[in-house]
Amino acid sequence: MTAQPRRLAEGGRIDRSRVLDFTFHGRAMQGYAGDTLASALLANGVDVVSRSFKYARPRGIVGHGPEEPNAILHLGNGAVSTPNLRATEVELFDGLEARSTGSGPQRLVGAFSRFLPAGFYYKTFMQPPWLWMTWERLLRRAAGFGEAPDGRDPDTYDKMNHHCDVLVVGAGPAGLAAALEAARAGARVLIADERPEFGGSLLARSLTVAGTSGADWVEETMAALSSCPDATLLPRATVSGYYDHNFFTILERRTDHLGDADAGGTRQRLHRVRARQSVLATGAIERPLVFANNDLPGVMLASAVSAYVNRYAVAPGDRLVLFTTNDGAYQTAMDWQRIGREVVAVVDARQHPEGALVQSAMEAGIDVIPGHGVIEALGRARVGSAVIAPLDDQGDTLASPSRRLECDLIAQSGGWSPTLHLSSQTGTRPRWSGAAAAFLPGALGERGLCAGAVTGKRSLRECIEEGASAGALAASRAGFGDGETTLATPDTGESPEASSRALYLVPHEKPVSRAPKQFVDLQTDVTAADIQLAAREGYTSVEHVKRYTALGFGTDQGKLGNVNGVAILADALGQEIDATGTTMFRPAYTPMTFGAAAGRDTGDMFDPERHTPMHAWHEAHGATWEDVGRWKRPRYYPQPGETMRQAVDRECLAVRDGVAIFDASTLGKIDIQGSDAAVFLDRVYTTGFRRLGVGRCRYGLMLHENGYIFDDGVTARMAENRYLLHTTTGNAEAVYAWLEFWRQTEWRELDVHLTSVTDHWATAAVVGPQSRDVLRKVCTDIDFDSDAFRFMDVREGHIAGIPARVFRISFSGELSFEVNVPANHGRHVWDALIEAGTEFDITPYGTEAMHVLRAEKGFIIVGQDTDGSVTPADVGMDWAVRRNKAYGFLGDRSLTLAHHLREDRFQLVGLATADPATVLPEGAQLVEEPGHRPPVAMEGHVTSSYYSARLSRSIALAMVKRGSKRTGQILYAPLADGRIISATIVSPVFYDPKGVRQNA
Amino acid sequence: MLHIRCPYCQEMRSEEEFSNAGEAHIRRPPDPAALSDAEWGDYLHFRKNPRGPHREVWVHTAGCRRYFNVLRDTVSYEILDVYPAGVPDPDAPEETTP
Ligand SMILES: [Zn+2]
Repeated sequence: MTAQPRRLAEGGRIDRSRVLDFTFHGRAMQGYAGDTLASALLANGVDVVSRSFKYARPRGIVGHGPEEPNAILHLGNGAVSTPNLRATEVELFDGLEARSTGSGPQRLVGAFSRFLPAGFYYKTFMQPPWLWMTWERLLRRAAGFGEAPDGRDPDTYDKMNHHCDVLVVGAGPAGLAAALEAARAGARVLIADERPEFGGSLLARSLTVAGTSGADWVEETMAALSSCPDATLLPRATVSGYYDHNFFTILERRTDHLGDADAGGTRQRLHRVRARQSVLATGAIERPLVFANNDLPGVMLASAVSAYVNRYAVAPGDRLVLFTTNDGAYQTAMDWQRIGREVVAVVDARQHPEGALVQSAMEAGIDVIPGHGVIEALGRARVGSAVIAPLDDQGDTLASPSRRLECDLIAQSGGWSPTLHLSSQTGTRPRWSGAAAAFLPGALGERGLCAGAVTGKRSLRECIEEGASAGALAASRAGFGDGETTLATPDTGESPEASSRALYLVPHEKPVSRAPKQFVDLQTDVTAADIQLAAREGYTSVEHVKRYTALGFGTDQGKLGNVNGVAILADALGQEIDATGTTMFRPAYTPMTFGAAAGRDTGDMFDPERHTPMHAWHEAHGATWEDVGRWKRPRYYPQPGETMRQAVDRECLAVRDGVAIFDASTLGKIDIQGSDAAVFLDRVYTTGFRRLGVGRCRYGLMLHENGYIFDDGVTARMAENRYLLHTTTGNAEAVYAWLEFWRQTEWRELDVHLTSVTDHWATAAVVGPQSRDVLRKVCTDIDFDSDAFRFMDVREGHIAGIPARVFRISFSGELSFEVNVPANHGRHVWDALIEAGTEFDITPYGTEAMHVLRAEKGFIIVGQDTDGSVTPADVGMDWAVRRNKAYGFLGDRSLTLAHHLREDRFQLVGLATADPATVLPEGAQLVEEPGHRPPVAMEGHVTSSYYSARLSRSIALAMVKRGSKRTGQILYAPLADGRIISATIVSPVFYDPKGVRQNA
Repeated sequence: MLHIRCPYCQEMRSEEEFSNAGEAHIRRPPDPAALSDAEWGDYLHFRKNPRGPHREVWVHTAGCRRYFNVLRDTVSYEILDVYPAGVPDPDAPEETTP
C-alpha cells in the first residue's frame, strides 16, 4: 500500500524505524515517531481537517505550531478524550484517535450563515432576551468547539513551585544563547519550550551556525547547558502566564505524547515559578496575507511549508506558488526546489526585489514575478490555481488585469509578528514599529528582557547575539557575573535582507464588500469586510471591534490575524496603525486543561470538610447533612420510613416535651484575655461587658461600622480578665479577622489577646424540660438546681469524668445546657450523655429542627433573616443595644444616621398563613394586593419559613416595609407556579413570648 | 501574583498568603457622636483610590496573621514599602501640640 503519499523519501527529524498507527475520523493511517499529528495528516494527503466556525467552509492545515487556526481536533474517546487540541502541537503516538470537533456546521450553514455578519451576537441575539438561550444552544452546536469528556478524568495532574534566578522562555537560538550565558555566570536557570525538542526555528530551517548545521549547534549548546549545575531544561512546557512580580505559570505535558497505553505518572504538571529575572525569547509568527479565498486548503504559511519539508520530510503539495512581501520567504521556494518539487513562481509584492536570497532563487531558475500579488485562490476543497495581478505602488488597487497560475499549494509570507503575548500579559502595551512593520513588546521594567525575533530581529546571527547579551544582563541583575557575554559571535553565513513591503489587505478586482471572502481571522471566520463594516458602523476602538467582530477571540487569540485586522481597521478609520493600537493578550498563551488547573485539588482534596468529634456517631445514626461553611452538620436523623417533615416534627417535639441533644461544636469560639478584655468587648458588641459578673453570660450583636448586623452570639465571663466569645458557625473566621484588625491597627494600646479555640472544644447541647435530669446523672460537682445555676450562668465541673464548662443558654427557648469539653473527649462525653438520656428517650436533633425551634421563638439567624443591610432596630433588637457607652461601639454612630431612622425601613415580622397547612417558600416576595399585574410594589420578603409541629401550623419570619406598625394586615405572596398565598402580619415570637420555659 | 515581604516574618511570600484590608491610616474618629451624618459618612465610605502610590493595609492571613501597611503603586503594582501597623502615616503632616 502507498501509505503516506506525501512523505519524502529521506530527511527530516523523524524515526522511520518506528511506524505509528493512528486514525483520523476512523480512517487508519500511519506516521513516524517524531511526527506531529499535523505532519502525519499532511503526509497521508489529508487536505481538509475541519469546517469553519461560521461558514462551515473546508479548512486545511495552515501553520506548524501554536498559531494553527484550523486543525483543532478532538483526541480520544470517553473519559480520556481531550477536545480542542492543535494538531500542530500534538506529538503522534501509536493508537492515537483524532477527529475534528465540529459536526453541526454542515447542516446549519445554509440557513444560518446569512445571519452572521459582523456583530451578529449583538444584532441578532440580544433581543428579545428570552430567545437568547435558544440561539445560544444553536450557536454552540454550530461552533463545534469540542465535547466534554463523558467521565471522570482518570489521569493525575500536579503542581510544582519553583524559584529561579533567570527564567528563559523559549529555546530557539536566542533563548538557548541566553540560558547558556546566564548559567555560565552561575545563575540558577530554568529554560522552557513548548516543543518536544529544543531548537525552535533552527530545526525547521536550513541554516548553518559557525559551519555546522543548526541542529548540531542546538545539540552542542544544550550539552554545554546541561553541564551547568543549576540549569533546568523543560521541554514540552508552555510558559502560559506572566503575572505580577515575575511570577510565571508553565504547563508541562509529561505523558501526552505517549498515548493512553503507555501513560503513567503525572500527565501534566503546572509549574509555578517565581523568577528574579526573565528573558522572553518567544520568537515570532509568520503573518499571512489577506486575499480572496485565502482559507482554501493548500494555502499555508511559508515557514510552515519549510518546517514540514525540513523537520518532518513532508511535501504538502506538488506545485508551489510562493506569495511574499520579503526576502526571507524565498528560502521556502529554495527548499521546495531542493526536494525536487515544482516552484511555479514566486509572486513578490515588491516592485524591485533584489536581496541576496532573491538573487540566489533567480540563479536557481525560479520564476520571480515582481510587483504582483495573489488576489484570489481558486479551487473546491483544495487550491487549484492562484489568481495573480499587478499591484500599484500603494497596494490598494490593481494596475492591470489578472491571470491564473495553476498550482496546488500557495505559501504566503506577509512578514513576521513577534510573539508578544507574554510581555503583553504584564500590562505593558505593545508599540508599533514602522521599520519592523510589526508590534514590538513594550518595556518590561527591571526584571524582564526580550531577545531574538520577539524584538523584531530577523537574522539568526542577531538573534543569537541578542539572546546572549540578554542572558548575561539578566544574570548580572540577579547578582551573577558582570553582564559581559562569553559566547563568540557565530558566523551564520547570512546575507542582509532587503526591505520588505507592508501589505495587510491584497486588493481584488471587486471591492472588499463584494469580493470573495478575504479572511483575516480563520478561527473565528472574520473577514476584511467584517472589519470595514464595523468601522462603518462607528466602532473606532480596536478593543470594541474585537468584541464586535470576534477578531482574535478564538482559542488562538489572533496569533495569525491580529496585525492584519488592526491594519485593516486603521486604514478604514484613516489612521496610522500606532494610533489604532493592538488588543492586549491574557493568560493562557495557549489553552490548558482543566486537569492542570485543578492539579491535586480534586475530589476530597477540592475543599476540605470539617467534621466535629461526634461526626462518626451522627453518621452511624443516619444523619442527613447540611453544609455550613466547610462543616458537615447533621440536618435531621430520619428513622426508617420517615419523611423529612416527620423526622423534624418528632425532633422538635422531643425538645419541647422531653429531652434532646444537639451537636453545637461548630459554633465559633474565641478566647479573650487581658486586663482590657472587657473594654475591648464593649467596643465590638452592642451590649456592655464590664459589669458582667464572673460566671455569667450575655448576648451581643456585632455590627460593622455601617451599623448593620454582622454577627451575634453569647459571650461568657470565665474569670476576671478572661472571656469566651461565641460566633455563628459560618462567621467564625471573619469575626476573628475583624477583631484582630481592630486590636492590631486601631486599639494597639489595649492589653488584650485573642485566640481562636473553635476546634479545641466539643459542644453538646442538652435541651428540653428533662435536660437537668440527664445532666445530674453524669455530673456530680455542679449544682443544677435552678437557683444555683440560673439562666445565662456558666459553671465548671466534670461531665462523665471529663473537665467541662456548662453554659445554661438557649437558642430554642427551652431549658438548655451546653456542655463544652476538650475536643478529644467529645465523643466520650456525647456517648455518656446519650446513655444517661436513654431512660428519658433522649432524641438527637439536627440543624433543621434547630431552625424551627428558634423561629418559633422569633430568634434571628444572622445571614438568613439579615442580609448585610439590617440594623438592630430593623429586627426589633433595640433591647440588645446599649446607647450610653463612653467610647461607643463599632457601628454605634451609624444607628442614628437619618437613613436608619426612617420609618419605612424593612422590619422583622411574623407571618401566619391563612391556611395553617401551607408553608410559604423562603424568599417569597410579598405584595399588598393579589392579582395585580407586574410591576408591583414589593412590600417585603419571607426570610424563614417552617411547619411548627408544636403550634400545628406554619410559621414564617419576614422583612416587611414599616412591618412593626402593620400587625394584623394581610399580605400576599404570588408564587411562580401561579398560587397566591395570603398571610397575616403577626408578632415574630410565636411561642412562649414571656420566656417562661428557658428560665424553668 | 504579588510578592510581598511581611515586615514581621521578614520573608518574601506570595500574595496568596495575604489578604488586603483596604486603605491604610484611616483613623477612627475619637468622638463619633460629635460628627454630622455627612462627616461620619466620609469616614465610612470615602476612600482615595489613587492612580499611583497607595498606602494600604494587608494581613498575613496564612502566616503570622498580623496586619501591616504596604505602599503599593496601583498602576505598576510595584511594592514600594512595607511597615508594621501602628507606624504613623509618613505622608501625614506633622502633628503639632498647641
Ligand atoms: Zn508574617
